[in-house]
Amino acid sequence: MANELKVPTMAELSAAGKSPEVLFWVGCAGSFDDRAKKITKAFVQLLTKAKVPFAVLGTEESCTGDPAKRAGNEFLFQMQAMTNIEVMNGYEVKKIVTACPHCFNTIKNEYPGLGGKYEVVHHTQFLRQLFEEGRISLEGGKFKGKRITYHDPCYLGRANNVFEAPRDLIRKLDAELVEMKSCKQRGLCCGAGGAQMFKEPEKGDKDINVERTEQALETQPEIIAAACPFCNTMMTDGVKNKEKEASIAVMDIAELIASAEDL
Amino acid sequence: MEYLPNIVFAIILFAGIGYFARNVNRLRRNIKLGRDVDVSDNTSLRWKNMARIALGQTKMVVRPIAGLLHIIVYAGFIIINIEVLEIIIDGLLGTHRVFGSLGTLYDVLIAAFEVLALLVIVSVTIFWVRRNILRLRRFVKPEMKGWPKKDGNMILYIEFVLMVLFLTMNGADYQLQQLGADHYTQAGAFPVSQYIAPLFEGMSISSLVVIERTAWWLHIAGILFFLNYLYYSKHLHILLAFPNTYYGRTKPKGQFKNLDAVTEEVKLMLDPSADPFAAPAEDAAEPEKFGASDVMDLTWVQLLNAYTCTECGRCTDECPANQTGKKLSPRKIMMDTRDRLEQVGKNIEANKGKFVEDNNQLLDNYITREELWACTTCNACVQACPVSIDPLSIIMDMRQYLVMEQSAAPTDLNNMMGNIENNGAPWPFNQMDRLNWANEE
Repeated sequence: MANELKVPTMAELSAAGKSPEVLFWVGCAGSFDDRAKKITKAFVQLLTKAKVPFAVLGTEESCTGDPAKRAGNEFLFQMQAMTNIEVMNGYEVKKIVTACPHCFNTIKNEYPGLGGKYEVVHHTQFLRQLFEEGRISLEGGKFKGKRITYHDPCYLGRANNVFEAPRDLIRKLDAELVEMKSCKQRGLCCGAGGAQMFKEPEKGDKDINVERTEQALETQPEIIAAACPFCNTMMTDGVKNKEKEASIAVMDIAELIASAEDL
Repeated sequence: MEYLPNIVFAIILFAGIGYFARNVNRLRRNIKLGRDVDVSDNTSLRWKNMARIALGQTKMVVRPIAGLLHIIVYAGFIIINIEVLEIIIDGLLGTHRVFGSLGTLYDVLIAAFEVLALLVIVSVTIFWVRRNILRLRRFVKPEMKGWPKKDGNMILYIEFVLMVLFLTMNGADYQLQQLGADHYTQAGAFPVSQYIAPLFEGMSISSLVVIERTAWWLHIAGILFFLNYLYYSKHLHILLAFPNTYYGRTKPKGQFKNLDAVTEEVKLMLDPSADPFAAPAEDAAEPEKFGASDVMDLTWVQLLNAYTCTECGRCTDECPANQTGKKLSPRKIMMDTRDRLEQVGKNIEANKGKFVEDNNQLLDNYITREELWACTTCNACVQACPVSIDPLSIIMDMRQYLVMEQSAAPTDLNNMMGNIENNGAPWPFNQMDRLNWANEE
């Protein structure tokens, strides 16, 4: 892995009188969670490789307010939203890319009503476009022929109808994409949404991530592909619960592309 | 006395329709207890949704077996009702098969009704087997015990009996036509009931008339009974599916509404020139209640949703919380909302048009907090509903009430929200460390 990551901030660019093609919204998980930070870095490597002029907000970024809103705290959500919108409007942000479907959904759908109107894309959509524009390319590589199953994040798939971008990227790996019995519109949640990530589950007879992992394991995958840092955590825990972590990896699509590229 | 049957028929007909009108008024009154909501957007998309989802049954066929059987019963219901028009005219005027003069077209119509009636009998039987013998998972959940189970079967029995009466009536009529009985002019083709006719072989014309008349009267009385049964059952979807799909969600499923009242307040807080100690204006309205603890706090679309639910349980079947044994069932959320709304409606009726506090509410008395907190907001229930019901919006409104009016979030969530307030992240990390990942190995 390349040691030196060049990650410009909006503040730096702005001071230099420049503006980036796209703002990379890193999100809380992408900034602080050890597993998700790897996804963040993989995506930055791809952006760098494709020579995309990007920037992050860095210490000026703050939680979108998604978990607060889904927990029922509209007040805290709007406080977060307005603060973020003020910062982004200050930098005249036009386009945002993020690797977190929760940030994606909130900024894309819930910020416009509060004055934050941007073009918002998920990193799988952005990467697919980089391929289409020929800014990155991939020759088969190390995932050729591997069995990969893809877990649809609820807030990317069902909530916003993005089903094909991540799948198209997996196909670019020359991998064998195998679908779980619940997929796309009927994909089963990993169990993290609606602020469940931050609390203990209610009493039941199974954890949702274990149920979903069982569905994934039925496809006999070598890799479970995810496109959300929270789904990633849940599926990783599920695989550990089934004691399959030695043979099955849970990887974000950005990581798959970056490591196929051997960056 | 010649006109006695016509008069009796008119009385039954108007009583049936009149009582139905009364029920429709109750429905309207109850639904209007909900908060107002603007649904004037996206008119053309809304019509399209109604045509596609309600008329076209596109979401029913996601589950092919139930979908196909349902389409048969639905088509039977709509098409066979053309026959009801003839029955009403015959009943009022004392004619026999008044549309018979249509000739071949009439033969084709009656033949089609007969085939559909047979298919409906087959479909309804399979539905009954799925509910009572196969006991499909979604039909035996805890919320389906008691009345909901009986109600589901009752509807199947009524439909079965109505179709049998229809075919019996036709069979006896056909036999009478063959015998050249008075009043029974030749009209119609009977591809199904001609096989019932041999049962009537050798019967006198007078006994055949008794059979034909009995089946005819029971059939139309049954239809009027069914019309009035709707309000007391889960079966209102045959009417409400249409407005409900029209008023359904037009925005992405992930977009939850922003509360305008909160926006005002937050803007004020972030405005450096606002005076934090200013007294509220004299004429300031009572601050709006956040979220929902009872049915009156929901919007009328959510209340319409509750009456539209036919308890098919596809939502519950797809719910990740329910699949893993949690108490939450989106179908129960809708049933509870409807049951509480009915209770409120009866309260209003008993108290001369005014609701009198009954120490009951949707929260806790019907829907428990445990159910509300089990939701992952994944939208699987919303996606699964064949008639555009949104159980998630009710769950969210009730969570909002718990958190914003009662500060009653689970401790873990309070910690998460405290972190967001203090550090701008759901975990206790410093905002100033947000870019550290860029320099870490």
